[in-house]
Amino acid sequence: MTSFRSALAPIGNGWNEITDWFGRQPRAVRILAGAVVVLFFYSLPLLRPPLLTTNQIDFGGVMFQVAAFALVALGLNIVIGYAGLLDLGYVGFYATGAYTTGVLTSHHGSWPFFLALPVAIVVTMITGVILGAPTLRVRGDYLAIVTLGFGEIIRICVKNIEWLGASAGIKDIPHPNSIGPAPKPPFDPGGLFEIPRVVWNGVVPSLDREHPTHFLIFGATDATPYYWLLLTALILVVIGDRLVKASKVGRAWEATREDEDAAELMGVHTFKYKLMAFALGAGIGGLSGSFYASGQGGYISPDSFPLLLSMLFVAAVIVGGSGNRWGAMAGGALVAYLPERFREFADYRLLVFGLALTTLAVFRPEGLLPPRRTRRAKAVLAEIDALEEGDVEEEGTHV
Amino acid sequence: MDLGALFGSFDNFASFTVGGLVFGAIYALIALGYTMVYGVLQLINFAHSEVFMFGTFAVAWIFVLLHGTSDVSWSLGKALPILLVAFVAAMIVSALVALLLERVAYRPLIQKNAPKLIALISAIGASFALSEAMGLRDRFAGWFGLDHKLSNYVSPGAARDVYSNPVSIQPHKLFEIGGYAVSDVDIVIIVAALLMMFALDQFVRRTRFGRGIRAVAQDPESASLMGVNSTRVVQVTFLIGGLMAGAAATLYMMKIGSTRQNAGFILGVKAFTAAVMGGIGNLRGALLGGLLLGIMENWGAAVFGSEWRDVVAFVLLVLILLVRPSGLLGEALGKARA
Amino acid sequence: MSEVQQTQPATRKSLLEVDDVTIRFGGLTALDSVSFDIREGEILGLIGPNGAGKTTCFNVMTGVYQATSGQVRLDGEPIAKMKRHQITKLGMARTFQNIRLFKTMTVLENVMVGADVHSKVGFFDALFRTPRHRRTEGASLVRAKELLRIVGVTAGYDELAANLSYGDQRRLEIARAMATGPKLLCLDEPAAGFNPAEKRRLMELIRRVRDEGYTVLLIEHDMRLVMGVTDRIVVLEFGRKIAEGTPEEIQNNPAVIAAYLGVEEDEDAS
Repeated sequence: MTSFRSALAPIGNGWNEITDWFGRQPRAVRILAGAVVVLFFYSLPLLRPPLLTTNQIDFGGVMFQVAAFALVALGLNIVIGYAGLLDLGYVGFYATGAYTTGVLTSHHGSWPFFLALPVAIVVTMITGVILGAPTLRVRGDYLAIVTLGFGEIIRICVKNIEWLGASAGIKDIPHPNSIGPAPKPPFDPGGLFEIPRVVWNGVVPSLDREHPTHFLIFGATDATPYYWLLLTALILVVIGDRLVKASKVGRAWEATREDEDAAELMGVHTFKYKLMAFALGAGIGGLSGSFYASGQGGYISPDSFPLLLSMLFVAAVIVGGSGNRWGAMAGGALVAYLPERFREFADYRLLVFGLALTTLAVFRPEGLLPPRRTRRAKAVLAEIDALEEGDVEEEGTHV
Repeated sequence: MDLGALFGSFDNFASFTVGGLVFGAIYALIALGYTMVYGVLQLINFAHSEVFMFGTFAVAWIFVLLHGTSDVSWSLGKALPILLVAFVAAMIVSALVALLLERVAYRPLIQKNAPKLIALISAIGASFALSEAMGLRDRFAGWFGLDHKLSNYVSPGAARDVYSNPVSIQPHKLFEIGGYAVSDVDIVIIVAALLMMFALDQFVRRTRFGRGIRAVAQDPESASLMGVNSTRVVQVTFLIGGLMAGAAATLYMMKIGSTRQNAGFILGVKAFTAAVMGGIGNLRGALLGGLLLGIMENWGAAVFGSEWRDVVAFVLLVLILLVRPSGLLGEALGKARA
Repeated sequence: MSEVQQTQPATRKSLLEVDDVTIRFGGLTALDSVSFDIREGEILGLIGPNGAGKTTCFNVMTGVYQATSGQVRLDGEPIAKMKRHQITKLGMARTFQNIRLFKTMTVLENVMVGADVHSKVGFFDALFRTPRHRRTEGASLVRAKELLRIVGVTAGYDELAANLSYGDQRRLEIARAMATGPKLLCLDEPAAGFNPAEKRRLMELIRRVRDEGYTVLLIEHDMRLVMGVTDRIVVLEFGRKIAEGTPEEIQNNPAVIAAYLGVEEDEDAS
């Protein structure tokens, strides 16, 4: 028991050291290091490093899914991690964004993707407000069940409403506009230029010019451009998240989560901030769903949004470290990535997932990368315990 | 509003009501598990749906064991002996699963006084694991080379598919209410559910252990100072929830006749809805909420079409929470009169 | 001695009026037609034996409870219909008997939550880091640091509230409440759990707070502290006001002595 905990501790501490190191560096080094990391993530589907790369040919597609889940987790982290609201129906917002895009660009209109995207976000945020305004006043654990119901209602609605494609779903959702000359099949793949990918023979890399990625063609054959687009959106959202969190708004969220009554008495309009967190989280979910809809496949159906997905999202945030944006994103990425990486165990993956979730909750409730605050507080508590009792019990009291 | 016009005729209205009562009784029994655990621990026992699901399999397995796999249709009277065995077996299986759940997924967290959110995550994980374990039972048996020996129980290659009770119970019409043929099965379900609820209610109100449960629900700290063993109380709470879920599973199998590895999920959500509607933590509330939910969603299905049944249930939940956030009978387990 | 202190309290404008307030919980009357007022710039003590209704009175004054009948007015405006955060905005802030800091936030963040009350910046200001955001945030930061210095929190700004010493936590609560810029600062048993030296420092702090221009309502068990620091005292017993006056008057009031007879010993011991 204790050994499992201590085995996981280096993950949090290691991360802590990295961020501490990062904080100490001069501005130029920080920008450079940031740029290298960002570049690495952009080039990941082309680098295709061994071990990391999934067995499938379509690593770009997997990375797209990974980025989509990271984005969703980032949005849900605002709701759960910052504001402390348990939303079990987050998939409903993901679906709302996807369906708004599908309806506007394909099913009942022919809007271009980049026009439909902001509309999808706004529609999802409004949905969030409509759902949140009545329910955010009820007790926290009731909110969980109401949102769970909401997720299911959305799914049943799209399944039964002909106008939304019913159970057949929406097909042929157009891709985002490409940049550069359009492809002229079968010989001219189009695009401004080609970027070759790397193939690995063991640990020896070489360039594979046979399967280049065309910059920047959003087509049906190569998922990498979608991944780049989504990664760009993800980076923008991370920056926004950072700015808002480190402000009056972020403080109001945290105060509300910590002690709603005290926050209220300190002049925080808690309901307003809860609703804001809920709507923002919804909007980011909608953003991710919109990208998902217009992705490589260009197809959505009610079965794309099972309630199970909501549970996966919540688990991603908690496992990663609720309240820490990097942890939440890592959690989202893992939840999308691990099943693809270990396809050979595909049948067992939900079982393993369930067991892992319970094990983590029992042994490391603060998540893999807990917010710094929790770790710091825990370190102090552990010290006090050790001084008082002469030895460290497996877990001190929770704050 | 003219109800007759809405439902086609009064006969239909009555039949939807009685049909709803039957399902409502099953919801109510499952809801007890949620409401008791919530009353004592203030936790949503998310994995309770799997406790129920294991019970449904226990029922089907007992029929396979005692009857075999040939598909037959029996009257309630003929099936009764096996049904009684199945009833006991389902209660035992469900209770064991509930106790396992308490021991593995909850107790370590309760002892650490962990945040509720974490307990919920633990329960979600356990729910996945239990449901998947049932869906992969053929693989597990295969590890020991038993999958063919036990093929009647583990359904090799199709463990995730619907698993039917070979004996389907033929309902026998007793009398009619507004065109609805009320069968012996319906009556047994409603009466059995009411009896179980009554017994439990008496247990909590009258016995020493019931007082312990109420004491812990009210104030765990004082209760433990007064010598109530709260770990024991939590255990018994889960045990009772499991027993009730097992009973519900038997009734469910009588009515539906088949189950599958994910059968618990939506039923669990509905039962929780019922518990919240009635006022979570309140035993009588669970009964009221269950019956009401069963009836209302059946009416909703009649008016809007059966595909909207679940939507009606959830919208109802939201409306009730808005009007009465503490549920219809908002009184908690701890405050129940002695 | 500041100017404010030398003015006669009776001549000053009243800031908060408790006007014939009654509260019933079921059959129990917790407060029975209680009336008094708090005047600008004074330190008013609210005392009474256990169960006298101090906390109930406090809660109705801060908008946590609704009065069954009667009114509480802050600066002439009835607070009954106001939301709690609006009351804070209007100029009343409080501390909590059982400390309720935002535990996982830092010392500085705790105070800044209070200071944010009057900040007009919103989501978009934060997202685009507008000049207004920078200005307001900077001002809040300066104010927060100043308050921490005034109340004398010794821990670093970046320490988590949960990790502070007990005394620092109590002082941080006072700083957080002051940061909301209240006209009336309500302290709910701020000396609970303090040793005599800490109590002395707290008395100095309360005087210093008043000298900063705040009006203070003090609920306290410790008689020496109340007598030493307040300008006027209101005494409750069994939900009724039994006396009101300067510390000297209260000390010599027979009704108060009767109410406290035999009780005082226990109170001090606890």
